[in-house]
Amino acid sequence: MALGQSSQERKLEVPENVVVTKLDELASWCRKNSLWPMPFATACCGIELMATGASKHDLARFGAEVFRFSPRQCDLMIVAGRVAMKMLPVLQRIWQQMHEPKWCISMGACASTGGVFDTYAVVQGIDRFIPVDMYVPGCPPRPEQLIQSIIDLQDKIQREGTIQGAEFDLASRQKPKRALVELPVYHT
Amino acid sequence: MPAATETLDALKAKFGELPVSEFRGQTRVVVTKDNLADVMRLLREVRGFDLLVDVTCVDYLNYRDARNRFGLVYLLASTDSNERITVRVFLNEPDLAVPTMCDLWHGADWLEREAFDMFGIRFDGHPDLRRILMPEEFSAFPLRKDYPMQGRGERHNFPVITRSEA
Repeated sequence: MALGQSSQERKLEVPENVVVTKLDELASWCRKNSLWPMPFATACCGIELMATGASKHDLARFGAEVFRFSPRQCDLMIVAGRVAMKMLPVLQRIWQQMHEPKWCISMGACASTGGVFDTYAVVQGIDRFIPVDMYVPGCPPRPEQLIQSIIDLQDKIQREGTIQGAEFDLASRQKPKRALVELPVYHT
Repeated sequence: MPAATETLDALKAKFGELPVSEFRGQTRVVVTKDNLADVMRLLREVRGFDLLVDVTCVDYLNYRDARNRFGLVYLLASTDSNERITVRVFLNEPDLAVPTMCDLWHGADWLEREAFDMFGIRFDGHPDLRRILMPEEFSAFPLRKDYPMQGRGERHNFPVITRSEA
């Protein structure tokens, strides 16, 4: 039978130590296992962030131990602590200085919502002004929680990541969340 | 340690009877805006109060029995005689200017900037009267009692950075 014969001829031989995958998957695999965090630590969450990087919790197990203090060498911003309104322009500038692809973890109640600091000087959630990929609850979160968020972020990168960064285009075309559109108006 | 009687006598001799009170070993004297500079110079140069501990302010808006809007507070100490004294001066709008103490105590610089930033008290002759805590473009005085605690929307007034423009 001619058809069966030709399919037999085209069969590829894959040597034992070769794995076949998609280029996107390969890029995501590299990226997720070498996240270099930018520690934007402004409060007590920063202490837990340091503990996460230190030997006991050992962020190196997830390839994310290389804390860089220059945004140009980082691809993961971890905002740990409250962000004052005077600090927000700094945060945005640092975020803009980071190279693509980049991700952001909002660590703790204050970075995510403003926490107990519902005052004139504190930004009520950094996701109002910069994109956030993962939120970590807690006040401050335990290192285990931060590690879980990094594992989840790794999953997300592997699931959605593309070598061209098309997933970021999709994210930017999404409608902003309702809570972020309806900013409260305060009357004197 | 409360202020020594010599200090209070020196003030009385030069400025007449000033309202002086003592509570739990702390002496408080209330002066008028006009002789604040002279009182402070006397305390610094004659009585040796060489340490300006703090300059702060109290807003008495809607406070019971209060007759004045702001109470500006200077906490002084003498590292020689271990005396401490609190000098208060009451201020009312629109005249919220007092002379600076920067030439008597260099430490007054940032303390007065803070009182200016938070309450809008003006310090005449201050070398660099800018905001110290809030951003330059902030226009309100947030520790005044008529300022809402959650602000007037300043904390929401920033550009939003999305994924596409990052």
